[in-house]
Amino acid sequence: MKITREEVLHVAHLARLNLDEDELVKMTAQLDTILSYVDKLSELDTENIAPTTHAHQSVNAFREDKVHKSLPREDAIANAPEDNGEMFKVPRVI
Amino acid sequence: MKPYELTMAEAMEKMESGELSSVELTRSCLDRIAEVEPQVQAFISHDEESAVAQAEQADSKRANGENGKLLGIPLALKDLLCTEGVRTTCGSDILGNFIPPYDATVVEKIKKEGGVVLGKLTMDEFAMGSTSETCKFGVPENPWREGYVAGGSSGGSAAAVAAGECLVTLGSDTGGSIRQPASLCGVVGMKPTYGRVSRYGLVAFASSLDQIGPLSRDVSDCALMMNVISGYDQRDSTSVNIDTPDYTSSLVEGVKGLRVGVPREYFGEGLDPEVRSIVENSIKVLKEGGAEIVDVSLPHTDYCVAVYYLIAPAEASSNLARFDGVAYGYRAQDAASLVDMYKETRSKGFGAEVKRRILIGTYALSSGYYDAYYKKASQVRTIILNDFKAAFEKCDVLVSPVTPTPAWPKGENSDDPLAMYLTDILTLSTNLAGIPGMSVPGGFNKEGLPVGIQLQSAHFREDVLLKTAFNIEKSLQLGVRVAHR
Repeated sequence: MKITREEVLHVAHLARLNLDEDELVKMTAQLDTILSYVDKLSELDTENIAPTTHAHQSVNAFREDKVHKSLPREDAIANAPEDNGEMFKVPRVI
Repeated sequence: MKPYELTMAEAMEKMESGELSSVELTRSCLDRIAEVEPQVQAFISHDEESAVAQAEQADSKRANGENGKLLGIPLALKDLLCTEGVRTTCGSDILGNFIPPYDATVVEKIKKEGGVVLGKLTMDEFAMGSTSETCKFGVPENPWREGYVAGGSSGGSAAAVAAGECLVTLGSDTGGSIRQPASLCGVVGMKPTYGRVSRYGLVAFASSLDQIGPLSRDVSDCALMMNVISGYDQRDSTSVNIDTPDYTSSLVEGVKGLRVGVPREYFGEGLDPEVRSIVENSIKVLKEGGAEIVDVSLPHTDYCVAVYYLIAPAEASSNLARFDGVAYGYRAQDAASLVDMYKETRSKGFGAEVKRRILIGTYALSSGYYDAYYKKASQVRTIILNDFKAAFEKCDVLVSPVTPTPAWPKGENSDDPLAMYLTDILTLSTNLAGIPGMSVPGGFNKEGLPVGIQLQSAHFREDVLLKTAFNIEKSLQLGVRVAHR
């Protein structure tokens, strides 16, 4: 086994997902198949190979530090599931 | 010929000469939508009233002597491109009610050039899939055959053009999502070089791989659309600040001296014999046109599925963290705490394939596994990129199949994600290397299903793709405008 039921539950918590029993069983089996497959990468020696994270070796893209027009507040919160007219509302945290 | 069957270039000519108005053309597309949409299901939403109003505006602009590269052309957009005031769902319940407050850069450009936006197109949820069957708002069907997939994830974008519902569409391609549906539906599709087209306003899936590109009826229209959407944009820090050529100048007949590479790994086991012979025929016509055919090798092709299905989910798990029920989209009600609200929102809002990829990605990035999975995949990505660099020293363009088989019936592989991932083996490495790729129709199999030819070239050499595709199109003379069955 490449991945256990407990590990899937742990990863689901990290990803902020709930899995019911059926999903958990199915996902564990499918993730195991996929992770076993990707194991073929270990056939390759990558000892001295730099990783590629972007197709172009770009450096930081800076722009001038000037204030631009931004989204009006009412537009920014227009899609909020819940708001108080000024801010997003979420369930009580403290 | 009905107006909806026209290419964009033909329609522009007829509108310039006064033979056709944008309102007539747009109504022709809307009538076609009404006729075929119950089967094709390419649209998540479309707005007739708005379309006709845009067309009227285009006609009056033209009457006033104004022009635009798309003035009066009816088109449609994959539903992951933000459109101001128009619902943008990404095919997902979690964005089912999302109305963007701004336009994506490509949408801005289309509107500036006078394009008539008919609506938004079906796609796999968050562009994760190869058949568009994970879309929550309708699954597109292949216009060439009942019960068959249109491909994915830009399945709606390909089906709409193939069925004659509009003249051109935009899609996005993270691992083949423009080229594969274009191939399965018999239309032209291009994934530009990474950085060529701004992704500002594209809902992100895998940020080091995603590109926006056109799907069109022929190669000339692809070039016209590339002229509209390409170019540097300060709002996308990965867009590259280099000149955009006039792509229509690449559409010249003759391939004398063109070095056409045939990557032997793309013709291996599992390749459908009819697909093989259609691709070989295209290579033959290029050879007859004076191209030099070169045998090349991309020795690490076999590893690209493993690399892709680590890197893309890893990036997706990070990108999709923003869907938490706070600022926009769906929120689960009556959660006991903030964390419960996040979990219930995401569990109900995302479909199975999206959850699967978030889990793989989170696992690959998690403490203790990062080096073995994500870092290892990124190193093999370098090897794959180097394979392409070596190949492009020997040739100008690579010619291959897009997919190992033509379209397949809906419902296949739906319980076997790995089997589905493996169908992407011929398109994924283009994105890993960041090079441009294209699918151009190559012919039909005995059952009447279309088969595309994949072209790949070096970074920023879309001109070579267009020239090659233009010559294949000219030589084959398939003469197909709209799918008929």
